[in-house]
Amino acid sequence: MGLIKKLPVYTEHIPGGSLVTTSVNSVLTMAQAKSLWYLLFGTACCAIELMATGASRYDFDRLGMIFRASPRQADIMLVAGTITKKMAPRVKRIYDQMAQPRYVLAMGGCAIGGGPFYYDCYSVLKGVDKIIPVDVFVPGCPPRPEALLQGCLEVGKKIRTLKLDEWS
Amino acid sequence: MAEELRTEDMTMNMGPQHPSTHGVCRLVLTLDGEVIKDCQPVIGFLHRSIEKMCENRTYAQCIPLMDRFEYCTSMSCNWAFCLAAEKLSDIKVPERGEYLRVIMGELNRIASHLIFVGVTPMDCGALTPFLYTFRERERIMDLFEMTCGQRLTYNYIRIGGVAKDIPPEFIPKCREFLDIFEEKIRDYEKLLVDNPIWIARNKGVGIITPQLVYDYCISGPSARASGVNFDIRKNDPYSIYDRFDFDIPLGTGGDCYDRFNVRVNEMRQSARIVAQALDHLPDGEIRVKVPLKFKPNPGEVYSRRENSRGEMGVYLVSDGSTKPFRIRARGGSFSHLQAVPHIVKGLKIADLVAIFASMDIIMPEIDR
Repeated sequence: MGLIKKLPVYTEHIPGGSLVTTSVNSVLTMAQAKSLWYLLFGTACCAIELMATGASRYDFDRLGMIFRASPRQADIMLVAGTITKKMAPRVKRIYDQMAQPRYVLAMGGCAIGGGPFYYDCYSVLKGVDKIIPVDVFVPGCPPRPEALLQGCLEVGKKIRTLKLDEWS
Repeated sequence: MAEELRTEDMTMNMGPQHPSTHGVCRLVLTLDGEVIKDCQPVIGFLHRSIEKMCENRTYAQCIPLMDRFEYCTSMSCNWAFCLAAEKLSDIKVPERGEYLRVIMGELNRIASHLIFVGVTPMDCGALTPFLYTFRERERIMDLFEMTCGQRLTYNYIRIGGVAKDIPPEFIPKCREFLDIFEEKIRDYEKLLVDNPIWIARNKGVGIITPQLVYDYCISGPSARASGVNFDIRKNDPYSIYDRFDFDIPLGTGGDCYDRFNVRVNEMRQSARIVAQALDHLPDGEIRVKVPLKFKPNPGEVYSRRENSRGEMGVYLVSDGSTKPFRIRARGGSFSHLQAVPHIVKGLKIADLVAIFASMDIIMPEIDR
């Protein structure tokens, strides 16, 4: 019953059970927020922390997050690591290949704004939000697994607030 | 008269976004059915100009950049850079500093090999070992975190010693880890070494002959799996490695299976070194005083050390100012990737994945 209490529902008791009325929007957004399949897209140091988050101690599966190698099957793209100017067109293309609704989480200083490669570096893209829209930024170099888990929960919160016609 | 079946070569892209390329490497494959006729690696997707950036930074500021040079074994990269700077200006590191460096370096080697032992089976389709090895790796991460406050990029080894002394609870925690670790290695071996699927997938696949090792300058565990007995810790000892008693695991076949076993056995030897270093850890200073604006003597130097992926060398040119004139860092992966096209010709795509994983190639070391 805990689940029902969280939803905006109207419950009517009838003999032998109860009848629940709710909106499609709240059910769909809740379902999606609880099973975000992420695209395994690690380029640099953050990828190791992403792997550590997916492994035994931190256990990403608790949040319903399972890694997918194909962008077609993924809901969220975790940009973990430095994006260089050579890599940028590929990132854009992979994002375009993802099915809607899609979300992006920028993990670590490099994906947010260049990180340690902001000054004097000619080859690094200064932030992945220059090429694709980013929903949540997780700072750190690299962020701790706890920080990444928090970031994913924030994405879930954002999804819960969306309306069906806003899905993109 | 039977008509001859005409076939056409297919050019296929593997990567840059591919889960088994360990980073972002693009391989252009020319295929005849499933058989690889040609393989052309395209690199540079992670070129972060670390060497160029070091020229605009002081020596102390270069060390965090060397962390990002090869993030699986950051301590080693710190160490290789500091070794070069110390060699140039004849700095003698205190005893305790040297011991702490060895402890951290070997623990980092174990952590890096644990990633390898977890991820290589995952590329071949076995997800389970990944969960076991990362369980033990977290214990090492805890040790590093209590020492220097970071899990992956440490900035711990500094010119003239190490940044901080270990906390008092480090030694009991480390011994606790070493006690259980031998048993855990046996667990990994039980999962994989006698597993018929693993043997079918890896034994006799991707053979590197000793001649190929010399031709392509393959170093580290991948070379030792082919029977080439060369380890910089033994052959050209740096730091205090001549005081420890350890063996060099050697393979015979030079195939993927041997490369895996050599690394598993190397973890045992590293654990032995850490145990010996903890036994003989002296008291005293951890670092000699080096000025913040450190100026080494003018000149050039090449220093090398044994990394978990092969020879990690730093070539450093100094003009006597506070900033290095030129830095050239050498990682083992570059030579390994060069050898891959030679090895995979005539094999199947599935073998390429196994070979690529077993060479333990990591892209930032190549692109820099």
